[in-house]
Amino acid sequence: MVMPLFAAEESPEDEQTIGVGSIFDPKVERREVEREAIDTEDWEIGAYYGIISIEDFGTSELVGARVAYHVTEDFFIEGSYALSTAGLSSFERLSGNVVLLTDEQREYTQFNIGLGFNLLPGEGFIGEDLAFTSSLYLLAALGGTDFAGEQHSTIMIGGGYRVLFTDWLAVHLTLKEHIYDIELLGSAKTANDLEISTSIAIYF
Amino acid sequence: MQRITFAIKASLLYIVLLSFFSPSVFAEDDGDQDDQYQQVIVAEPFVELRTGPGRGYPIFHIVERDELLTLIKKKTQWFKVRSNKGREGWVHEDNMQKTLLTKDENFQAGTSSQEEFIHRDWEFGVLGGDFGGATSLTLYGGWNFTQNLSTELAVSQALGNVSDIRFASVSLVHQAFPEWRVSPFVKLGAGIIQTKPFTTLIQTLDRTDEVVNIGLGIKTYVSRQYFVRLEYVNYTILTSRNDNDEVEEWKLGFSVFF
Repeated sequence: MVMPLFAAEESPEDEQTIGVGSIFDPKVERREVEREAIDTEDWEIGAYYGIISIEDFGTSELVGARVAYHVTEDFFIEGSYALSTAGLSSFERLSGNVVLLTDEQREYTQFNIGLGFNLLPGEGFIGEDLAFTSSLYLLAALGGTDFAGEQHSTIMIGGGYRVLFTDWLAVHLTLKEHIYDIELLGSAKTANDLEISTSIAIYF
Repeated sequence: MQRITFAIKASLLYIVLLSFFSPSVFAEDDGDQDDQYQQVIVAEPFVELRTGPGRGYPIFHIVERDELLTLIKKKTQWFKVRSNKGREGWVHEDNMQKTLLTKDENFQAGTSSQEEFIHRDWEFGVLGGDFGGATSLTLYGGWNFTQNLSTELAVSQALGNVSDIRFASVSLVHQAFPEWRVSPFVKLGAGIIQTKPFTTLIQTLDRTDEVVNIGLGIKTYVSRQYFVRLEYVNYTILTSRNDNDEVEEWKLGFSVFF
């Protein structure tokens, strides 16, 4: 049983080798590709608006700008800069005429640079015909927070959800936590500022 | 501050309005103008078109060898392509390696990215670490003029408990074994350092001094376009006082190369 089958398999191969001469004839017509000329969309630039709870100083609105470079489908590097103005602490509000910070010291700015990881990439559907790619991502960054007249070294951790309505237009919903050490009125502590924001971003 | 806030708000609003009133946003803006894109003939047995630029997106279409593909754009390692039948999808660059080869290149599976790392021209990265007890953050850019030698420009900020230190330096970096996956380097640099003590704590003036540094570290190629960098730098701050200050810095970071 085995022998005839084996023989049948062998014969066409022999024919080819003897007949044509070369087995490999890829017959691939190539076109010159200028890889540099292909439009890449790895950069993302956006603006965001949200609210931030500045520890002890109430909740304020926040505006910011961010730039991201997408290295792979998993990782991106992100830098952001945001501005806000701190409100009154409850101590100031209750005691009436005590002022802890000047207006200038209430100006709150933060910046950070770090890494993002696309944890759950996916697709979101609206109805039957529309599908948008999306991703749930995590963020970790180092930076600084300028507040109360000093700059504080800050660690930022966070995450967000990004939906791409077209290849180049994305909307984000982001939650961030800024952790830094601050000393006010002689007592040092670690502040946690929680921020929630939405952003619109353009890929280019 | 008010002006910047207003500018950001205005630009956000502008983008929102633009996206709602422009008809091209939700429509495919690359309709019939195929001539502005490059076309290739598939050299692989087949390429797989996915619904999105990621490994998990479903494959919905296949384009076979000898068929024409239009290259629309690229996002990270994914090409957005259009088939002859007008189907649009995303193909991974590894799935198109043969297709994208030019006549004088030879196909070598798997080695391309590491080769690119060895022959990189530019690199940019961000590093975080410890600068004499303060948390430091560094941004740098480097130009590799040979496989072994590169020049780097770095700006750093270190925020400690008592002062805000900012420094910038230019360095020359030597990498003895660029072909190693974990490749050691030494660097020598010079720059300026600015120390701003926090006014609430100490009554001293801002200082700007020159600084020289010597460092060593490793660059570890990870994959694709990025590598991890670990380094130790010893700074000698040339102060106007009698003694020079020495500061040690450890940092770890992530870089991309082109």
